[in-house]
Amino acid sequence: MAAQERKAKPTSKRDDDVTESAEVAAPPKQGEKIKEELDDLLDEIDSVLEENAEEFVRNYIQKGGQ
Amino acid sequence: MALPKVLSMETEFGISVRGVSDPNPVVASSQLINAYVEHRRVGWDFDDESPGRDARGHLRADSMPPEIESHLVNAVLTNGARYYVDHAHPEYSAPECSNPLEVVLYDKAGEEILVRSMAAAKRSMHPDQEILIHKNNSDGKGNSYGTHENFLVDRAVPFSTLVRHLLPWFVTRQVFAGAGKVGSENGADACDFQISQRADFFEEEVGLETTLKRPIVNTRDEPHADAQKYRRLHVIVGDANMCEVTTFLKVGTTAIVLCMIEDDFLTRSGRAAAPDLSLRNPVRQIHDVSHDPTLQHLVERHDGTKCTALDIQWEFFRLAGKYADEHGLIEACGTEAIGRQVMSLWGQTLETLESDPMKLVGQLDWVTKLSLLDAYRERDNLSWADPKLALIDLQYHDLRPERSLFAKVVRSGKAVRLVDQADVITAVTEPPETTRAYFRGQCLIRWPEAVVAANWDSLILDVGSDPLQRIPMMEPLRGTRAHVGPLFEGCRTPAELIARLTG
Repeated sequence: MAAQERKAKPTSKRDDDVTESAEVAAPPKQGEKIKEELDDLLDEIDSVLEENAEEFVRNYIQKGGQ
Repeated sequence: MALPKVLSMETEFGISVRGVSDPNPVVASSQLINAYVEHRRVGWDFDDESPGRDARGHLRADSMPPEIESHLVNAVLTNGARYYVDHAHPEYSAPECSNPLEVVLYDKAGEEILVRSMAAAKRSMHPDQEILIHKNNSDGKGNSYGTHENFLVDRAVPFSTLVRHLLPWFVTRQVFAGAGKVGSENGADACDFQISQRADFFEEEVGLETTLKRPIVNTRDEPHADAQKYRRLHVIVGDANMCEVTTFLKVGTTAIVLCMIEDDFLTRSGRAAAPDLSLRNPVRQIHDVSHDPTLQHLVERHDGTKCTALDIQWEFFRLAGKYADEHGLIEACGTEAIGRQVMSLWGQTLETLESDPMKLVGQLDWVTKLSLLDAYRERDNLSWADPKLALIDLQYHDLRPERSLFAKVVRSGKAVRLVDQADVITAVTEPPETTRAYFRGQCLIRWPEAVVAANWDSLILDVGSDPLQRIPMMEPLRGTRAHVGPLFEGCRTPAELIARLTG
């Protein structure tokens, strides 16, 4: 039911109007490709992760929040 | 008629201290903020604070109004923000903004202020000690702290109308607004990963509390403006976001929905009746939607039919498109161009969430975080219970530039930026030009020694002769650069300013 309704996407006119969004939108990469690039990022992250994960996570306690 | 949406965000940060056993978070928060503002502190004026006032028109005897701890560090910054110790956390309340892009700018400026505070505090600490700040909302052990949004809303709209439309809105907007979290808390059903940091902590539909039995719609009625005309809708259900696109969408779309409510567009929708988007059992649904990152969970609508949270979002989106055509988006988003940017990103985001969510890495926090976690799980063959994954969740929000995993994502070029870093640096010290924050900030920049105290809706100046002068600022859209810029140019002293204002 909602499947038809929800296809109300922005009209092409609206798309043409939007110049700002062109800079904003992610390049049309495939999810898979992003995943490969993420693997490279992991090596970077490895070098900054806290050494003792278990201890760091255990000691992270935050009381008295809203 | 929809009111121009004056917007702001308040963030309570997670704080911990390395190298100190059993650190006191209140002391650490004070130390952090004092280190930042030691050169100059202007006090906060509590006279007009009434956080226990309830939007439903009565003070509930059984509720617990939030406490104001006035003895703690409390500073007003030249960018118009308030920076203080709230409960046991450092909190940055950004200045009032007039569009969602400005909200992103002053949110990122807040991060920079916390980064500078950490560095300043470190200079006065033992080399083995360090204050660590996380911009998140949960310690993973059942303790949560908030990221609140504020929206100026027409007092004439019945609060019950806001509640009715906002419940399905807040239950479903987390599909793009969530910051992601490993595991569950607070008695919620077990899960490996969920979309939102905060969802597990919401136990009521409507209410005044913010620290226990948190409500999806908060009723705090403290407008910090002319109470005859305005409400300040205080939204406590959101997550702290790192991705600029997420903050922009979260605030921009909510502003549009609020304008639609003010113009009665969600019940009438022009001449035709709008679909009823109400959900059965919204408290249960906010948990269930968060717990399903596949986005397939079916919510039950008021009429008993079922659909996904994305379906509800598409219905809001379709109505918003119609609203934009009929009413425009200047009230909601400050300018039509920014309004169209919100609409365009909103539509693209919903589409991509349906087709290939991984493409939203660098745009949506929960997707970015989940992608990192999945990559680690695959590479290192980790189970969801591995503490390394909980660490990645936590360290994603670490604000130390050299440790922040989100900063790594930014440096890799994968994060979509909406604001210029040079503008962020300017926003650390300069106020927005389009709200009363401009007046507050400019007074502090020009005559810091004369500003005795300030709060959201007034400023107290010592002009050298008794009595102190209190300048009311009950209109959030007065005191802008356009209004008072020429006034400031013509005044050399605060006494001249008072003379011109009262003359």
